[in-house]
Amino acid sequence: MNIILFLMLASLVVAALFLGGFIWAVRAGQFEDTGTPPLRILAEDDSAPATKTPFPVTNQEN
Amino acid sequence: MTVRINQLDPVGVRTDLEARRDILPVADARCFHCGQPCAREAFAAHDHSFCCLGCQTVHALLTENGLAQYYQLGETPGKTIGGRAGHKRWGYLDDAALQAKLLDFANERQARITLHLPQIHCVACVWLLENLFRLHPGIGRSTVDFGRREAAITFAPAEIKLSELVALLTSIGYEPALSFGELDRPQAASPLKRQQLQLGIAGFCFGNIMLLAIPGYLGLDSFSGPMFRTVFGWLSLAMALPSLGYSAADYWRTAWLSLGQRVVTLDIPIALGLAAIYGQSVYDILWRHGEGYLDSLTGLIFFLLCGRLFQQKTHQRLAFDRDYKGFFPLSVVRRTTDGEETVAISRLEVGDRLILRGGELLPADATLVAGTACLDYSFVTGESEPVTCEPGTHLYAGGRQTGGLVEVVTVKPVSQSYLTSLWSNEIFRKDSGASLDTITNRYSRRFTWVVLSVALAAGAIWLVVNPAIAVKAFVSVLIVACPCALALAAPLTLGTAQRVFGRAHIFLKHALVLERLAEVDTIVLDKTGTLTGHDARGVSFTGVPLDAADKELVLAIARHSVHPHSRRLVQALATGATTSMVTAFCETHGCGLTGVADGRQVRLGSLAWLARCDVKIPTGVVPTANSVGVAFDGCFRGSFQLTSPLRPEVEALVRHLGDRYQLALLSGDNAREEARFRTLFGERATLRFNQSPLDKLGFVRDLQQAGRKVMMVGDGLNDAGALKQSDVGVAVVEQVGAFSPASDVILDAAQLPQLARMLEFSRLAVRIIRAGFILSGLYNLVGIGIAATGLLSPIVCAVLMPLSSVSVVLFACGATRWAAHRTGLTAAVPNPEPATP
Repeated sequence: MNIILFLMLASLVVAALFLGGFIWAVRAGQFEDTGTPPLRILAEDDSAPATKTPFPVTNQEN
Repeated sequence: MTVRINQLDPVGVRTDLEARRDILPVADARCFHCGQPCAREAFAAHDHSFCCLGCQTVHALLTENGLAQYYQLGETPGKTIGGRAGHKRWGYLDDAALQAKLLDFANERQARITLHLPQIHCVACVWLLENLFRLHPGIGRSTVDFGRREAAITFAPAEIKLSELVALLTSIGYEPALSFGELDRPQAASPLKRQQLQLGIAGFCFGNIMLLAIPGYLGLDSFSGPMFRTVFGWLSLAMALPSLGYSAADYWRTAWLSLGQRVVTLDIPIALGLAAIYGQSVYDILWRHGEGYLDSLTGLIFFLLCGRLFQQKTHQRLAFDRDYKGFFPLSVVRRTTDGEETVAISRLEVGDRLILRGGELLPADATLVAGTACLDYSFVTGESEPVTCEPGTHLYAGGRQTGGLVEVVTVKPVSQSYLTSLWSNEIFRKDSGASLDTITNRYSRRFTWVVLSVALAAGAIWLVVNPAIAVKAFVSVLIVACPCALALAAPLTLGTAQRVFGRAHIFLKHALVLERLAEVDTIVLDKTGTLTGHDARGVSFTGVPLDAADKELVLAIARHSVHPHSRRLVQALATGATTSMVTAFCETHGCGLTGVADGRQVRLGSLAWLARCDVKIPTGVVPTANSVGVAFDGCFRGSFQLTSPLRPEVEALVRHLGDRYQLALLSGDNAREEARFRTLFGERATLRFNQSPLDKLGFVRDLQQAGRKVMMVGDGLNDAGALKQSDVGVAVVEQVGAFSPASDVILDAAQLPQLARMLEFSRLAVRIIRAGFILSGLYNLVGIGIAATGLLSPIVCAVLMPLSSVSVVLFACGATRWAAHRTGLTAAVPNPEPATP
């Protein structure tokens, strides 16, 4: 019987991890704009060098 | 590789008339940058042809900086640059006080600004703007929000000033829309994030508690003993807490608020029900009487939040609350003792000497001191004829200069001008917002009293008959009556209806506008810009007919003027490329145009002016304000008559609406077309002409005081007061997303014929909401019946609640779609530009 308790707790921990992921995604603004990313992917440029930032950009918004 | 800004400073871009041209004899060529037809002598570079120097410069700039992919992502992705951008100066943007308001954040090393770029229209735009850093080393990361047409750009102020950044954007065809209203744009975080979090957590709690509850329903006790029941019970109690405390927080708060205001809203029975369910469950689990109702509780919260999120889909990219500030530019050119400077409007003082160029707007009441002004007040007064003014005349704010350069001296501060005085009217101070008198609230008021009395009655009766279950019966009624289905019926119907409207290019400020639409019994229509539009059909020619070559000459000359008449002529005559070569051009403001094209002298203008220029006008030609005479080489040829035709299908619409509604027509124009509109509107309708903005507001208010529910349909600032005063204000816009005054509904002008269908659909939708209430009421009746007998078990509750919710959801969505189909409210023909959601 104890194994059921253990499994149940394990499943809750996994679920909580996913909830944590969701909260992070919302906080990071991933659901703010759902229209532009589908367009951005169309313009993905394979040949161009990876997006470089000419000066260090630190996130200072919050 | 990078390019210095000053190399392509727009000031340096000369007009296409002056610029040296690379002659390329290609017929029917289209500009590689913007897709406009190219003139006979097109600009050519890199095997491509361009319509103007501006487009060619942008192409060169992008190609040199490794951004040629822009042209592979979309066919002719750019917007015409032309030579127009010439006089824009952005120096005023470096003003520190102004920047503090414009920038999202700033320190010594970097700053970020979010700019509204209305020109964003395709994949290539997104790509180009997100690769801006390749054009200048001072630009860092840029992120585009396509839906809002916004770009958030990080830059190093030490390397590139804000004015230079804006100049760079303008030079590649993305001129930011910087208006006076941007300055006090609220920066509050959107409530969307919080709602998404609340929904996610509610879903998490619901799912896990449901999983823990199922074994109980299946008879877990028979083989495992009471141990699991206790553990599961405690776990469920713990997991329900975040759902109850965080996800349902808004219901607690609004219920508390409405109690404080002594108003009965639906949130009160919801909060009561939630509290009752949790209390009963705590009691059941702690004292081992049963499993509790926590699965029902968390499910309920989850469904309620789903419904709320569904309804709250607002069209964020549309601004419904704009006032005159959104209409005014951010800066004007001021004359100082040592030249000219561009100043922010907020810094303008009385007595400043301003320079106003063609196409610019007067931001404050002023006196004309030099030049002949030709002011187009159509957006302020509705009068479509430009007014010609001589020096010394008092000019009102909001007029658009259509002639050449004039100088004015301001006599009033921006905030006290004639135009802005409309906004000091009390109507703009109160926030009519969401009224409490909605259908949901009317029903829930009755509902709450019924539920409370049934619960008390059941408790009282059982107290006499069998006191042991009196409390359980009382609580059970509150649990079952928790109006989940009732709370879902309205938001889902309204949300679905809003989506149907959105597809038809009709945008509601919020869903509750629909209820008010259904109650409308009087419709007030504005004439200029609303019923009438400016298109090619309103232009006719009398005189010796013009052949194709003559038309081309007229077109070539008219293109060089921004006077409204010239623009109408261009619209009517434009058939593609102009191949005529203009070698001389002169505009006499308020009178007409003279130009030499293909060696022939062309004069376009008022008949009086033509006569002054020694053109012999044949007798019998009657001069009117709306006619434009044409003379070739000094010989009168004929005249164009410009009228404002009704928009397509307006006649049918007005007749259709007249059957059901009391109609009225208000116009800022003079009464010259009264007879025409009297026949159209019939004898019953009120027609009023020469109406000032305040007259319109007063007219609507008088109707309302007579007990009528008024819908105002208008377009310009001159209707703004009436739009705000009316029960439903409908703003008709040529281009969705462009400026519109404060309103409840924004309607694409092309969709005006759908107005009648829109009203019919609203009435049906409100009936569907009522039917949804009755349906959920029936479920409650059954549930309360069971609960009042004291027999409510968790499993009955767990089945009944989702069943009622799901069936109400299906009914609301299905019936609303059926209603849309029945009324024939069709989706709008998609624009070439995805300007709408």
